[in-house]
Order: sequence, then C-alpha cells, then structure tokens
Amino acid sequence: MAEIHLIGRAASPGLAIGPVTMLTAAVARRTASDDPAQEAAALRAAIEGARAEIAEQIKTIQGDVADILEFQVAMLEDDALAVEAYEVISVGITADHAWRLALDVEIEGYRAAEDEYFRARAADIVDIRDRVLAHLSGVDTVARITGGSIVAADDITPSAFLAADWSHGGAVALAGGSPSSHVAMLARARGAPMVVGLGPLSWNGQPPALALVDGDAGTVIFDPEPETRRQFEQRMAAANAAQAAVEAGHVAPAYTADGRQIAVLLNVTAPEDLAGLDPAICDGIGLVRTEFLFEASRGLPDEETQYAIYRRILEWAEGRPVTIRTLDAGGDKPIAGLTVDGESNPFLGLRGIRLSLVRPEIFRVQLRALARAAVHGVLKVMLPMIAIPSELDRAGAMLDEEVAALRAKGIACARPSLGIMIEVPAAALCAEDFGAAFYSIGSNDLTQYTMAAARDIGAVADLNDAGHPAVLALIARTVEAARKRGVEVSLCGDAAADIRLTTALLATGLTSLSVAPVTVARLKAAIAKVGS
Amino acid sequence: MHNVNASRAANAFAPLTASAVLVNAVGLHARPSVKLTQCAKGFAAKIEFALAPDGPWTDAKSPVKVMRVKAPQGATLHFRVAGPDGKAALAAVLALVHDGFGEA
Repeated sequence: MAEIHLIGRAASPGLAIGPVTMLTAAVARRTASDDPAQEAAALRAAIEGARAEIAEQIKTIQGDVADILEFQVAMLEDDALAVEAYEVISVGITADHAWRLALDVEIEGYRAAEDEYFRARAADIVDIRDRVLAHLSGVDTVARITGGSIVAADDITPSAFLAADWSHGGAVALAGGSPSSHVAMLARARGAPMVVGLGPLSWNGQPPALALVDGDAGTVIFDPEPETRRQFEQRMAAANAAQAAVEAGHVAPAYTADGRQIAVLLNVTAPEDLAGLDPAICDGIGLVRTEFLFEASRGLPDEETQYAIYRRILEWAEGRPVTIRTLDAGGDKPIAGLTVDGESNPFLGLRGIRLSLVRPEIFRVQLRALARAAVHGVLKVMLPMIAIPSELDRAGAMLDEEVAALRAKGIACARPSLGIMIEVPAAALCAEDFGAAFYSIGSNDLTQYTMAAARDIGAVADLNDAGHPAVLALIARTVEAARKRGVEVSLCGDAAADIRLTTALLATGLTSLSVAPVTVARLKAAIAKVGS
Repeated sequence: MHNVNASRAANAFAPLTASAVLVNAVGLHARPSVKLTQCAKGFAAKIEFALAPDGPWTDAKSPVKVMRVKAPQGATLHFRVAGPDGKAALAAVLALVHDGFGEA
C-alpha cells in the first residue's frame, strides 16, 4: 500500500506520530412517543441535561476552554435555539428529528458565513446538537479517543476533543475544520498538533493504520513507508532536543564565558505578564511598573487593590527579590486627574517622584500597600526620577510614618528597602551621596537626558544611543558608587535587552540585568558568550 | 401576565438610540456575543440592535439571535433601548462595544 500525502492548513503546531482513530458519528436509537407534549418535554429535559453536563465540566477547567463551554451553555439557555424544533414537534415530528432539523438549519447558517470566525462556530453548534441528541437517546454518543492516537475525522467537536487525554501525544487530522475553531484553540492550549482542511478522507479498502502529522507545515502522511517514517522520527527527535535545550537554558542561572554569574531579573508591566511563567527562569523581578494600576478607566486604585496585586507578585516570586517602582506618571505617561496637562516640556516637568511628593495623599496609599505586601516576600521599593538626595529622604520619612501608623493599628507590615532609579544624570554623577538601599539604572531616560535626544523623535533617534561612551561612563560611575557603599545595582532599561550592548554593559561591572520575560532566554545566551 | 406588564412598562418609555463601531478583532463572535447578552440581561429595558439605523432589529438578550447577525469587525451597531433603566442600559452596552468587549 502506498503512503498517502495530504496537504491542509496548520491549526496547531508540533509533530506527532501514532495509530489512526477514525471518528464516525455514532448512531443512537430512541423510541419516540406519539404524543407531541411528551416529545416536547423530552426535548426540554435533554436540553437541560446537556446544559447541566457542560456547566459541570466548566467547574473543573479555566481560561479559553471554559469560555468555549460557557458559549455553549449560553446558547442552550436561550429559548430561541429550540423555537423551531418545538414548532415542528407540535405538528407530530419526533423530538430527535425536530431538534436535528432545527439545528442543521442553524449549522448551515454558520457554514455559509463569509467570515471564517463565524464559519468555525458551526463545529460548536454540531457539538450542541449532538450533546442534546445524546441526552434524548440516553446513551453516550461522544466518541472515546484513545490517548496518543491520531484522530482522523471530517471535523471534531470540542466535547470529543476534551474527552480524550492529550498528555501522551496524539494529534488531529481533519478533512474540514478551521484554524479559528474552538477545537483548534483547545489543541494549541493542550499542545496537540492539528492540521485542518485536508479534503475528503477516503481510502480504498482498509482505513490507514498509522499517520504522521506535521502541525507546523500543515501536512499529514497516512501509512508512511519505513524510510518516510524514519526521517519523520529523526525530525521529531531533533525538535524535542531543541525544545529541551531552550527550556534548560531558560532555567539555568546565567554565567559569562569567563565564569561571572549574572543575575537576570524580569521587568513586569502588569501581573498578567507572569501568567504561566516558571519563576525559576529568573533571579527575581527587577522592575514592576505600577502605572497599569492607575489607568484612567479604573480610577485611582485603593490600598486594598494595590496590596492584593503586590502580594500576588511577591507570592509568584517564591522568595526571590521583587523590586516595585512607585508610580512613575508624567513625561510620556499622563494619568487623568493626576499629572499636569500642558507643561511646556513634560519630560523635564512634574513627573515620577516629583509628582508623588506634591500629591502625598496618593503616594501614601501606595506606600501603605507596599509596606503591607512586604511581609509576603523580599520587597524592594524603587523611586523613579530621583535627582537630589532630599527627594529620597522625604519619601523615606513618609514610608517610616506609614509603617509606624500601620503598626500602631496592629496591621501586619514591614519596611521594604528603599532604593532609587538612576535616570537623571545628576543622580548618576553623585550616586554616592544618596542613602539608597540599592540603585537601579533606568537606561531609557538616562540615555535621553544624557544625549538630549528623545527616542520617539525620529530625526534625533540616532543620537539616542545607550551604548554611547557618555552613557556607559555614567553607568560605570553608578556601579562604582554601589561597590563603595556596599549596595546592589542593576539595570532595567531597554539596553539590558539589547544583546549588542551586553558585552559593553557587563564591562562596566554590572552583574544584574532586568528584561521582559520573552527576552530572558536570548539574554542568557548572549551572556554566555561574553568574555570568550 | 408578567410579560404583558413588562412590555406595557417598556412602551411607556420612548426608545433611546445610539450607535457604536465594533472594534474587536473578530466582530460579534462567540465570546463578545455572550458578554453582550449577559450585560443586556442585567437590565429590565428592552434592548435591540441592528446593523442599519432602521433595522431589522435583534434582541440583544438572546445569544442565538445575536450570533445569527454575524456582525463583522468594523460594523456599526445601532442600539434601540426602551425601559425604565434604558439610559443606564444603553450606556452599558455602548461601553462594552467601545471597550472591544475587553479583548481588543
């Protein structure tokens, strides 16, 4: 028997090999009644049964999968779905036939849609139809799929997909289907390769026994020749090895070629950035921006809201240090009702710590929330836009007052260490004069203030070079001040993620860099080459 | 009886209208439809929408009917709302559309 090559569309990436399971619609028989009232009642009960079954499934899952099932629940709860079915039941059609007629019209409506997203919903309505039919006949018509097998079918419903165990391999090969379908979303979430749109799956005689699915290229090979299979298995082994290498490099601490350990920290813009991330990929969090809390649509956040979010981030870090920056509004980050409109030069105006110090009623709420969160991990608090020591001293006094007030009320809290962001050249030049617990170099603003060139003005963007010797000299000076004072220093601007600058940055004596989570693996690879 | 009273109450209020453009990437598909109907069901007012200013009107509380409209991204949704809490209802559904159903 010759191998069969089919070309479709990639819907979920990855390679898989396995025995073929053909999904065919199960036929269920039921004995109908002659009484339209009884048939209507049977349909009502079946719809409610299907709805309750899905609602039960939702309790055990979260995220995209739950959204898909919630859509099915919403459809089943809507009387409009079954109106036509009840009408034909009343003239003597059986419940299962009536339901099938009504839902097939609905399904056809979706299949005829111009928009792929709506066409893809046909599979959900098929799922709804079959679930209710299963309840009408009282048998389980959802096909069971053996784990690790390649499911070949015209299309597959979310229920059938979810009923299978995808943790030990397996893949989906569909004659129809769509990359926009809910099943494709599920397949991507579960890591199951999937190819859709293969065209009619027809065999001469015996159905195929084995299949190779390439979810990257969108191809499927049924009953491969031994040589084809051997080559495919080699590709799978290579892909697995590459994946393992990336993941291992991700988790291991970073060392330069000459053996210096470099701390790699994360920059976090919102707590969602951490979803699904293993804290072991980093040595801590070097920068949590808190501006997201102050987005206009939400209004100014209260102490409880802030405390809950800071606490969540500290708990995620599992004891690794977390540096949270107090509100850095102003400049290019206006916040309605807080920042000053119409400043002639906002970057040189009331921003960062300057704004916090003139709006203490807002700043103190943040300090209280931070002090309360500090008992849940290793918290460091960083003040942005510090230019002179008295700014740090005033903020430190406020923090002391808030900690004392919380303690007086018997509220659990701790005083986090208070450090400064080095982004104003004056602070870099005189870093030693600050009683800061740590320094964190903000290379974006430090570069623009040193070079007097904004990043977002194209005509001068060339001048905005974090690798310029003047900027590197200010970084080196800050590192030296930290060494003399015996405090930590790290760099959290975009320069840390620019691997062309890694060698130059580490040459200043820096041993700690903070970058966005997606950059961690690339930065660790770049660090490993430094000094070789 | 309840329905009769409800529709009588609704009729006592002049319908409010307003429109908003669908900004979320995939139009009024499954998740946004569920969100819209859940939002609409929170109000006593009769809430309908259409793709044209003069209808045909669709009940915004029915996910089945909302999905049948298959409104694509960029379409303008015209809302028609009548009821004692019509003003709040209209503001709520418009905010939801403007906000891209939280997934823009």
